[in-house]
Amino acid sequence: MEDTSPRTDSSTDADTEDKMSNQLQGIGASDGSDKSRDQKTLRRLAQNREAARKSRLRKKAYVQQLESSRMKLTQLEQELQRARQQGIFISSSGDQSQSIGGNGALAFDVEYARWLEEHNKRINELRGAVNSHAGDGELRIIVDGVVSQHDDIFRIKGDAAKADVFHILSGMWKTPAERCFLWLGGFRSSELLKLLINQLEPLTEQQLLAINNLQQSSQQAEDALSQGMEALQQSLAETLAGSLGPTGSSGNVANYMGQMAMAMGKLGTLEGFIRQADNLRQQTLQQMHRILTTRQSARALLAISDYFSRLRALSSLWLARPRE
Amino acid sequence: MEIVREVARKNAAVIFTKSWCCMCHSMKALLYELGASPAVYELDQHVNGTQMEWGLRALGCCPVVPVVFIGGTLVGSAEDIISLHVDGSLKHMLINAKAIWL
Repeated sequence: MEDTSPRTDSSTDADTEDKMSNQLQGIGASDGSDKSRDQKTLRRLAQNREAARKSRLRKKAYVQQLESSRMKLTQLEQELQRARQQGIFISSSGDQSQSIGGNGALAFDVEYARWLEEHNKRINELRGAVNSHAGDGELRIIVDGVVSQHDDIFRIKGDAAKADVFHILSGMWKTPAERCFLWLGGFRSSELLKLLINQLEPLTEQQLLAINNLQQSSQQAEDALSQGMEALQQSLAETLAGSLGPTGSSGNVANYMGQMAMAMGKLGTLEGFIRQADNLRQQTLQQMHRILTTRQSARALLAISDYFSRLRALSSLWLARPRE
Repeated sequence: MEIVREVARKNAAVIFTKSWCCMCHSMKALLYELGASPAVYELDQHVNGTQMEWGLRALGCCPVVPVVFIGGTLVGSAEDIISLHVDGSLKHMLINAKAIWL
């Protein structure tokens, strides 16, 4: 019997076809009308098999396409995350799950990125002036500009903390390596001064003493604020644990609501801690500038900026590291 | 207001707090760290607490806690304490008021 369907690639189909045609030949080879029916049947069966095979191939192709799209999507998401962390603003119009707080967070991230760019420009200007041995008068003007720019970001941070204290506390607006050192939504002034002491030589005896005292004072204030935060955590935990227990009775519901109200009040005080932490940072920097000469202040600002630049560079390296 | 001035005059260092206020906890910790033993008046626990709170508000204290007096003089809130501590003034004020000795 002739097989009118096109030769298939699959050897199993051919085998099956041969087997079937052999069997059918054995059964009704002698009857003419049966023969034509058998031929039609065979052809139909062969065509069905072919259609099924083609369908399987199409499905395989579709699934492969889905897989590669999924991988591409994951890659894009990672790049986006990296870019966000480096402070590049990317619109997230598809991200409808962002709450009101989330919008405030995004707005701050944008402002901070802009501020950082401006800051780096001023630092480069300062570096140029220091390297070209500019006079104290010129240096003073540039240093004052950098200092007042610092004041700007503290003000912006303060507003952002009012809108979304947890975003500031999280440090998500900073790069990963910077977040390692996060304390109450920013850097530790005491640690910064420790780093600077070596960079600032030569210092007079008086200056050295003053800087050491300043370092000690800022550390004491940091510890005091940390203790207050611990007390807040403890207090919040106690409030929430207090509302645990068998629920159901109306008395317990009123209790629960009352304790939630108390907990809300406690969360509200977080913003005050961020404000005082930033106040401490600002005061410490101001006092440092009072102790140092103009030239020393310039070098201090450059050293601080370089240090944070390195942290940000480390973050970029970390995010781009090859993974298995 | 009188009751507040009275309290401030009687003690080398005074801090007005509320029992649940964690910033008050921080400022107490700072003063203790400096070696001071300020008189602590918890407005929500003290029998004259309400009067004292009115007095503090009348003096313009906002937030009403924590508030510190040293040597009878109003020093201020947490923000003021931190600023004065950083520039070294706080320690001098405490020494002058004999709230701490070196």
